[in-house]
Amino acid sequence: MKFGVVVFPGSNCDHDAFYAVQSVLGQEAAFLWHDSTDLAGSDVIILPGGFAYGDYLRTGAIARFSPIMRAIADFAARGGFVMGICNGFQVLLEAGLLPGAMLRNRALRFICRPVYLRVENAHTAFSNACRPGQVLEVPIAHGEGNYFADADTLEEIESAGQVVFRYCCPDGEITNDANPNGSVHNIAGIMNREGNVLGMMPHPERACDPLLGSTDGRFILQSVLNAALDRVSTTAWAVANVNRS
Amino acid sequence: MKAHVYVSLKKTVLDPQGETIRAALQGLGFKAVQAVRQGKHFELQLNSQISEAEAHSQVERIAKEVLTNPVIEEFSYRLEA
Repeated sequence: MKFGVVVFPGSNCDHDAFYAVQSVLGQEAAFLWHDSTDLAGSDVIILPGGFAYGDYLRTGAIARFSPIMRAIADFAARGGFVMGICNGFQVLLEAGLLPGAMLRNRALRFICRPVYLRVENAHTAFSNACRPGQVLEVPIAHGEGNYFADADTLEEIESAGQVVFRYCCPDGEITNDANPNGSVHNIAGIMNREGNVLGMMPHPERACDPLLGSTDGRFILQSVLNAALDRVSTTAWAVANVNRS
Repeated sequence: MKAHVYVSLKKTVLDPQGETIRAALQGLGFKAVQAVRQGKHFELQLNSQISEAEAHSQVERIAKEVLTNPVIEEFSYRLEA
Protein backbone atom coordinates (compact mmCIF):
# COMPACT_ATOMS: atom_id res chain seq x y z
CA MET A 1 0.00 0.00 0.00
CA LYS A 2 1.14 3.53 -0.69
CA PHE A 3 0.95 6.23 1.97
CA GLY A 4 1.19 9.88 0.89
CA VAL A 5 2.62 12.18 3.56
CA VAL A 6 1.70 15.82 2.93
CA VAL A 7 4.43 18.43 3.43
CA PHE A 8 3.31 21.97 4.19
CA PRO A 9 5.80 24.74 4.86
CA GLY A 10 6.18 24.26 8.62
CA SER A 11 5.34 20.55 8.80
CA ASN A 12 7.82 18.90 11.17
CA CYS A 13 6.50 15.38 11.76
CA ASP A 14 6.50 14.49 8.06
CA HIS A 15 9.75 12.52 8.30
CA ASP A 16 8.55 10.69 11.43
CA ALA A 17 5.38 9.66 9.58
CA PHE A 18 7.42 8.62 6.53
CA TYR A 19 9.72 6.53 8.75
CA ALA A 20 6.79 4.89 10.53
CA VAL A 21 5.14 3.91 7.23
CA GLN A 22 8.30 2.69 5.53
CA SER A 23 10.34 1.16 8.32
CA VAL A 24 7.67 0.08 10.80
CA LEU A 25 4.72 -0.83 8.55
CA GLY A 26 6.99 -1.86 5.68
CA GLN A 27 4.87 0.03 3.16
CA GLU A 28 5.65 2.51 0.41
CA ALA A 29 5.72 6.17 1.47
CA ALA A 30 5.85 9.33 -0.62
CA PHE A 31 6.07 13.00 0.30
CA LEU A 32 3.33 15.14 -1.26
CA TRP A 33 4.14 18.84 -1.62
CA HIS A 34 1.35 21.23 -0.56
CA ASP A 35 1.56 23.18 -3.80
CA SER A 36 0.69 20.19 -5.97
CA THR A 37 -2.67 18.52 -6.58
CA ASP A 38 -1.08 15.15 -7.36
CA LEU A 39 -1.66 12.49 -4.71
CA ALA A 40 0.77 10.14 -6.53
CA GLY A 41 -1.66 7.22 -6.46
CA SER A 42 -1.69 7.06 -2.64
CA ASP A 43 -4.06 4.64 -0.89
CA VAL A 44 -3.83 6.52 2.41
CA ILE A 45 -3.07 10.21 3.01
CA ILE A 46 -1.35 11.36 6.21
CA LEU A 47 -1.50 15.03 7.21
CA PRO A 48 1.41 15.20 9.65
CA GLY A 49 2.08 17.31 12.70
CA GLY A 50 3.90 20.62 12.73
CA PHE A 51 3.05 24.26 12.30
CA ALA A 52 1.78 24.60 8.72
CA TYR A 53 2.27 28.18 7.54
CA GLY A 54 3.50 29.03 11.03
CA ASP A 55 -0.02 28.48 12.40
CA TYR A 56 -0.67 32.08 11.29
CA LEU A 57 -4.26 33.33 11.60
CA ARG A 58 -5.41 30.06 13.24
CA THR A 59 -3.86 26.60 13.32
CA GLY A 60 -4.50 24.99 9.94
CA ALA A 61 -6.33 28.05 8.60
CA ILE A 62 -3.95 28.86 5.74
CA ALA A 63 -2.97 25.26 4.99
CA ARG A 64 -6.61 24.54 4.31
CA PHE A 65 -6.47 26.69 1.15
CA SER A 66 -3.40 25.00 -0.37
CA PRO A 67 -3.85 23.17 -3.70
CA ILE A 68 -3.20 19.72 -2.20
CA MET A 69 -6.18 20.15 0.14
CA ARG A 70 -8.57 20.41 -2.81
CA ALA A 71 -7.25 17.08 -4.09
CA ILE A 72 -7.50 15.58 -0.59
CA ALA A 73 -11.10 16.78 -0.20
CA ASP A 74 -11.97 15.02 -3.50
CA PHE A 75 -10.05 11.90 -2.41
CA ALA A 76 -11.95 11.87 0.91
CA ALA A 77 -15.28 12.40 -0.84
CA ARG A 78 -14.56 9.29 -2.92
CA GLY A 79 -13.98 7.34 0.30
CA GLY A 80 -10.16 7.55 0.42
CA PHE A 81 -8.52 7.11 3.84
CA VAL A 82 -7.19 10.34 5.34
CA MET A 83 -5.46 10.58 8.68
CA GLY A 84 -4.66 13.95 10.28
CA ILE A 85 -2.24 13.89 13.20
CA CYS A 86 -1.95 16.91 15.52
CA ASN A 87 -1.55 19.87 13.13
CA GLY A 88 -3.04 17.60 10.46
CA PHE A 89 -6.15 17.23 12.65
CA GLN A 90 -6.33 21.02 12.94
CA VAL A 91 -6.12 21.35 9.14
CA LEU A 92 -8.96 18.81 8.67
CA LEU A 93 -11.14 20.77 11.12
CA GLU A 94 -10.46 24.06 9.33
CA ALA A 95 -11.17 22.38 5.99
CA GLY A 96 -14.53 21.19 7.30
CA LEU A 97 -13.63 17.54 6.66
CA LEU A 98 -14.20 16.89 10.36
CA PRO A 99 -16.67 18.60 12.72
CA GLY A 100 -15.62 20.99 15.52
CA ALA A 101 -12.66 23.29 16.14
CA MET A 102 -9.54 23.62 18.29
CA LEU A 103 -9.03 26.08 21.12
CA ARG A 104 -5.91 26.91 23.10
CA ASN A 105 -5.11 24.31 25.77
CA ARG A 106 -7.04 25.20 28.90
CA ALA A 107 -3.84 25.81 30.88
CA LEU A 108 -2.49 27.93 27.97
CA ARG A 109 0.72 25.90 27.87
CA PHE A 110 2.28 23.83 25.11
CA ILE A 111 2.18 20.24 26.38
CA CYS A 112 4.66 17.58 25.24
CA ARG A 113 4.37 14.28 27.10
CA PRO A 114 2.98 10.75 26.82
CA VAL A 115 -0.74 10.38 27.53
CA TYR A 116 -3.12 7.44 27.72
CA LEU A 117 -5.90 6.93 25.20
CA ARG A 118 -8.87 4.62 25.45
CA VAL A 119 -10.13 3.04 22.25
CA GLU A 120 -13.80 4.02 22.22
CA ASN A 121 -14.72 2.42 18.93
CA ALA A 122 -12.64 -0.51 17.68
CA HIS A 123 -14.75 -1.03 14.56
CA THR A 124 -13.15 1.71 12.50
CA ALA A 125 -10.58 1.95 9.74
CA PHE A 126 -8.23 3.52 12.30
CA SER A 127 -8.67 1.21 15.31
CA ASN A 128 -9.54 -2.27 13.98
CA ALA A 129 -6.23 -3.68 15.29
CA CYS A 130 -7.16 -2.60 18.84
CA ARG A 131 -9.41 -4.24 21.41
CA PRO A 132 -12.49 -2.25 22.43
CA GLY A 133 -11.50 -0.25 25.50
CA GLN A 134 -7.79 -0.92 24.99
CA VAL A 135 -5.55 1.70 26.58
CA LEU A 136 -2.74 3.04 24.38
CA GLU A 137 0.23 5.12 25.48
CA VAL A 138 0.95 7.75 22.84
CA PRO A 139 2.60 11.18 23.17
CA ILE A 140 0.97 14.55 22.57
CA ALA A 141 2.81 17.76 21.63
CA HIS A 142 0.55 20.75 21.10
CA GLY A 143 -0.54 24.17 22.30
CA GLU A 144 -3.97 24.07 20.69
CA GLY A 145 -5.51 20.68 21.21
CA ASN A 146 -8.53 21.67 23.25
CA TYR A 147 -11.21 20.12 21.07
CA PHE A 148 -14.48 22.00 20.96
CA ALA A 149 -17.81 21.25 19.33
CA ASP A 150 -21.23 22.69 20.14
CA ALA A 151 -23.76 20.58 22.05
CA ASP A 152 -25.65 19.40 18.94
CA THR A 153 -22.49 18.37 17.10
CA LEU A 154 -21.20 16.57 20.20
CA GLU A 155 -24.38 14.58 20.54
CA GLU A 156 -24.23 13.70 16.87
CA ILE A 157 -20.64 12.45 16.88
CA GLU A 158 -21.07 10.62 20.20
CA SER A 159 -24.21 8.77 19.09
CA ALA A 160 -22.73 7.90 15.69
CA GLY A 161 -19.63 6.35 17.30
CA GLN A 162 -17.35 8.93 15.69
CA VAL A 163 -15.30 9.42 18.86
CA VAL A 164 -12.45 6.95 18.32
CA PHE A 165 -10.02 7.88 21.13
CA ARG A 166 -10.48 9.57 24.50
CA TYR A 167 -7.86 10.75 27.03
CA CYS A 168 -7.92 8.45 30.05
CA CYS A 169 -6.02 7.29 33.15
CA PRO A 170 -3.55 4.38 32.79
CA ASP A 171 -6.36 2.02 33.86
CA GLY A 172 -8.73 3.38 31.22
CA GLU A 173 -10.88 5.53 33.46
CA ILE A 174 -12.06 8.78 31.84
CA THR A 175 -11.43 11.58 34.33
CA ASN A 176 -10.94 15.32 34.21
CA ASP A 177 -7.38 14.88 35.55
CA ALA A 178 -6.55 12.61 32.60
CA ASN A 179 -7.63 15.33 30.18
CA PRO A 180 -4.42 17.21 29.28
CA ASN A 181 -5.90 20.13 27.37
CA GLY A 182 -9.56 20.62 28.28
CA SER A 183 -11.08 18.86 25.26
CA VAL A 184 -14.85 18.34 25.54
CA HIS A 185 -15.70 14.78 26.64
CA ASN A 186 -11.92 14.06 26.82
CA ILE A 187 -11.93 13.70 23.03
CA ALA A 188 -8.50 12.90 21.55
CA GLY A 189 -9.53 11.62 18.13
CA ILE A 190 -12.64 11.63 15.95
CA MET A 191 -13.62 10.43 12.52
CA ASN A 192 -16.15 11.68 10.00
CA ARG A 193 -19.58 10.09 9.70
CA GLU A 194 -18.47 8.01 6.70
CA GLY A 195 -15.54 6.63 8.71
CA ASN A 196 -12.75 7.31 6.21
CA VAL A 197 -11.28 10.51 7.69
CA LEU A 198 -9.66 10.55 11.15
CA GLY A 199 -8.18 13.40 13.17
CA MET A 200 -6.22 12.82 16.36
CA MET A 201 -4.02 15.09 18.49
CA PRO A 202 -1.69 12.35 19.86
CA HIS A 203 1.19 11.18 17.66
CA PRO A 204 1.03 7.45 16.82
CA GLU A 205 4.09 7.85 14.55
CA ARG A 206 6.13 8.84 17.61
CA ALA A 207 5.17 5.65 19.40
CA CYS A 208 6.17 3.00 16.86
CA ASP A 209 9.66 2.05 17.85
CA PRO A 210 10.81 0.55 21.19
CA LEU A 211 13.53 3.21 21.25
CA LEU A 212 10.81 5.84 21.62
CA GLY A 213 9.35 4.33 24.78
CA SER A 214 6.08 2.97 23.40
CA THR A 215 5.02 0.96 20.37
CA ASP A 216 1.28 1.45 20.90
CA GLY A 217 1.07 3.79 17.92
CA ARG A 218 1.57 0.74 15.71
CA PHE A 219 -1.97 -0.44 16.52
CA ILE A 220 -3.35 2.70 14.89
CA LEU A 221 -1.13 2.63 11.81
CA GLN A 222 -1.66 -1.11 11.40
CA SER A 223 -5.43 -0.50 11.54
CA VAL A 224 -5.43 1.90 8.61
CA LEU A 225 -3.17 -0.46 6.68
CA ASN A 226 -5.64 -3.30 7.38
CA ALA A 227 -8.50 -1.12 6.16
CA ALA A 228 -6.67 -0.17 2.96
CA LEU A 229 -5.68 -3.80 2.25
CA ASP A 230 -9.20 -4.96 2.99
CA ARG A 231 -10.61 -2.45 0.54
CA VAL A 232 -8.24 -3.58 -2.21
CA SER A 233 -9.13 -7.25 -1.71
CA THR A 234 -12.86 -6.44 -1.54
CA THR A 235 -12.58 -4.41 -4.73
CA ALA A 236 -10.56 -7.15 -6.45
CA TRP A 237 -13.16 -9.71 -5.36
CA ALA A 238 -16.00 -7.51 -6.68
CA VAL A 239 -14.21 -6.94 -9.98
CA ALA A 240 -13.49 -10.69 -10.31
CA ASN A 241 -17.16 -11.44 -9.65
CA VAL A 242 -18.33 -8.89 -12.19
CA ASN A 243 -15.94 -10.37 -14.77
CA ARG A 244 -17.22 -13.87 -14.00
CA SER A 245 -20.89 -13.00 -14.39
CA MET B 1 -10.53 52.80 1.97
CA LYS B 2 -9.66 50.77 5.02
CA ALA B 3 -11.61 47.96 6.61
CA HIS B 4 -11.27 47.07 10.28
CA VAL B 5 -12.35 43.54 11.11
CA TYR B 6 -12.75 42.45 14.73
CA VAL B 7 -12.80 38.72 15.50
CA SER B 8 -13.63 37.24 18.89
CA LEU B 9 -14.63 33.91 20.35
CA LYS B 10 -18.38 33.33 20.51
CA LYS B 11 -19.96 34.03 23.87
CA THR B 12 -20.71 30.31 24.21
CA VAL B 13 -17.02 29.38 23.86
CA LEU B 14 -14.73 29.49 26.89
CA ASP B 15 -11.88 31.98 26.39
CA PRO B 16 -9.00 30.78 28.60
CA GLN B 17 -6.76 33.71 27.57
CA GLY B 18 -9.42 36.29 28.42
CA GLU B 19 -10.02 34.52 31.72
CA THR B 20 -6.30 34.60 32.57
CA ILE B 21 -6.13 38.32 31.77
CA ARG B 22 -9.20 38.96 33.93
CA ALA B 23 -7.61 37.14 36.85
CA ALA B 24 -4.40 39.16 36.41
CA LEU B 25 -6.35 42.44 36.31
CA GLN B 26 -8.16 41.46 39.51
CA GLY B 27 -4.80 40.74 41.10
CA LEU B 28 -3.58 44.19 40.08
CA GLY B 29 -6.51 45.76 41.88
CA PHE B 30 -8.77 46.54 38.92
CA LYS B 31 -11.74 45.22 40.83
CA ALA B 32 -14.26 46.73 38.41
CA VAL B 33 -13.28 44.34 35.60
CA GLN B 34 -15.79 41.51 35.63
CA ALA B 35 -14.93 39.73 32.39
CA VAL B 36 -12.37 39.92 29.58
CA ARG B 37 -12.78 38.51 26.08
CA GLN B 38 -9.67 38.46 23.90
CA GLY B 39 -9.93 38.87 20.13
CA LYS B 40 -8.09 39.88 16.97
CA HIS B 41 -8.13 43.07 14.94
CA PHE B 42 -7.34 43.07 11.20
CA GLU B 43 -6.76 46.18 9.07
CA LEU B 44 -7.35 45.66 5.35
CA GLN B 45 -6.17 48.44 3.06
CA LEU B 46 -8.43 48.47 -0.02
CA ASN B 47 -7.60 50.19 -3.30
CA SER B 48 -9.46 53.38 -4.24
CA GLN B 49 -11.29 51.85 -7.20
CA ILE B 50 -13.57 49.73 -5.06
CA SER B 51 -17.09 51.07 -4.37
CA GLU B 52 -18.44 51.11 -0.84
CA ALA B 53 -21.07 48.48 -1.66
CA GLU B 54 -18.44 46.20 -3.20
CA ALA B 55 -16.16 46.79 -0.20
CA HIS B 56 -18.93 45.69 2.16
CA SER B 57 -19.58 42.52 0.22
CA GLN B 58 -15.90 41.61 -0.13
CA VAL B 59 -14.95 42.35 3.47
CA GLU B 60 -17.89 40.33 4.71
CA ARG B 61 -16.85 37.36 2.58
CA ILE B 62 -13.22 37.64 3.70
CA ALA B 63 -14.25 37.82 7.35
CA LYS B 64 -16.64 34.91 7.02
CA GLU B 65 -14.55 32.56 4.89
CA VAL B 66 -10.99 33.29 5.98
CA LEU B 67 -10.56 35.48 9.06
CA THR B 68 -12.95 33.57 11.32
CA ASN B 69 -13.68 29.96 12.07
CA PRO B 70 -17.48 30.03 12.36
CA VAL B 71 -17.47 27.05 14.75
CA ILE B 72 -15.89 29.11 17.52
CA GLU B 73 -15.62 32.73 16.38
CA GLU B 74 -17.75 35.70 15.34
CA PHE B 75 -16.81 39.02 13.75
CA SER B 76 -17.82 42.60 13.25
CA TYR B 77 -16.27 45.18 10.92
CA ARG B 78 -16.33 48.81 9.91
CA LEU B 79 -15.14 50.66 6.82
CA GLU B 80 -13.09 53.83 7.08
CA ALA B 81 -12.97 56.29 4.16
